[in-house]
Amino acid sequence: MSKVFQFGHLPVHSHCFSQDRKTLAITKENTVEVYDVSTPSAKLLATLKDHDKTVTAVDISIHGRIVTCSQDRNAIVWEPLSDGSYKPTLVLLRINRSATSVKWAPNGYKFAVGSGARVIAVCYFEQENDWWISKHIKKPIRSTILSIEWHPNSVLLAAGSTDGHARVFSGYVKGIDTKPEPTLWGEKLPFNTLCGDFVSSNGGWIHDVAFSPAGDVLAFVSHDSTVTVVYPGGANQPPRSALSVSTSYLPFTSCIFANESTVIAAGHSCHPVVFQGDETNWVLSHAIDDPEKNKQAEDSETSALNMFRQMDLKGTVVGKNASNLKTIHQNTITQLRPYSESNGSLTKFSSSGIDGRIVIFSA
Amino acid sequence: MSQSLRPYLSAVRSSLTAALCLEDFASQMAERHNKPEVETQKTLEALLNPMVIARNENEQILIESSINSVRVSIKIKQADDIEEILVHKFTRFLTGRAEHFFILRRAPIEGYDISFLITNFHAEKMLKHKLVDFIIEFMEDVDKEISEMKLFLNARARFVAEAYLTPFD
Repeated sequence: MSKVFQFGHLPVHSHCFSQDRKTLAITKENTVEVYDVSTPSAKLLATLKDHDKTVTAVDISIHGRIVTCSQDRNAIVWEPLSDGSYKPTLVLLRINRSATSVKWAPNGYKFAVGSGARVIAVCYFEQENDWWISKHIKKPIRSTILSIEWHPNSVLLAAGSTDGHARVFSGYVKGIDTKPEPTLWGEKLPFNTLCGDFVSSNGGWIHDVAFSPAGDVLAFVSHDSTVTVVYPGGANQPPRSALSVSTSYLPFTSCIFANESTVIAAGHSCHPVVFQGDETNWVLSHAIDDPEKNKQAEDSETSALNMFRQMDLKGTVVGKNASNLKTIHQNTITQLRPYSESNGSLTKFSSSGIDGRIVIFSA
Repeated sequence: MSQSLRPYLSAVRSSLTAALCLEDFASQMAERHNKPEVETQKTLEALLNPMVIARNENEQILIESSINSVRVSIKIKQADDIEEILVHKFTRFLTGRAEHFFILRRAPIEGYDISFLITNFHAEKMLKHKLVDFIIEFMEDVDKEISEMKLFLNARARFVAEAYLTPFD
């Protein structure tokens, strides 16, 4: 069964569970709220309010640091203190448009911020000055970055943009990172190297990108309702295969890998959809929380009396809950996150929605 | 509902549902601004192709969509002078109270009688499928309303003419 948290009715653009899954951070207008979710009822621990415009993304590192970014062009790192409060540190992003997405590198020592200024800021902590500074990836980005995702080696990062391109860059920072092992994406990876540039079959804004657990496959969802999976061919080689699965659902806004051969995507259709495949073929497997199946259960309950009452009151026959969608989320799902896994495969994942709900689904 | 109205409305419904896939998108042009891209028309990559759905030359709907906003403009059927006057008065009545309708645009797009502007903030506050229902219902009702008003006007004109001509009987 899926677990549902309802935190008011304001949209949640982004959410993140801590490493131990005991605390949950959600965006709420200009603030971020941190909840204790280890008990059955969620308890508000702290409200982080230094931003003065909509907070667009939140992420928690493996060390428990929270990073938030907002349309006020800033990102803030929140260091947890022993008394349960958080100490904010402003990041020198050097961007002049809204920050749209933020992700910690898996090792927790740096993070990347996507922005409407057509740059990705890769930020790291500079010990001698005691602040977070950033390096910019500029070329060849032509428009707002909508999503960012790190490769498991914490050096490569993927970004989806409104110019319809999903790109893979190197975010190697000298002095912070150790020299990475050569991967299928490239061998020598100085900062700002473009390791891959992909478009979906019909074009459209790239809403989200995801690396597979091993990092050798990239998936992205675009506004043409497709999920595209790319297998890189090696350094400076064209990809071995790039497969687009088109669907009849509304566009997806988020996607994650459950394992090397399964992708879960969700978006404007308000329920997650599972895709499966390998290098030769990808297909739509099934939908989770399918409205078609939920519909049958509910329809059998409507009585004749109810039907005539509806006819009398409204002139049409609509069910008692006609204003509700037959899915758990009542509005667009904004983000999917892995929640728990076993044997290298995802067993649970969480989603946040415009309807203010956080849901933990079983994969 | 007449035979040709049904496919027209179902085409409008599915196009609107697809167009209403909106998200929060801060302006790329102006610092710290967040504007409906379909109104500014400055960020070309954030705009989608506009679409016209027409039942006939007098009844059309124009859907212009972008990443964070949709503009829906409706041309209401006007067969004769009376209907033209009625539609003009009716739309003026509505747009004069635009702030109470949230999604109504104060001035219609050139060539259309009434325009709605739906932004991502509306789609966040209200249920998306209900917004679509509202516009479809509006399109169904406005025709009915106008023809009813016309009938009423004709009936009243007849009554007035009769009353006026009675002394000469």
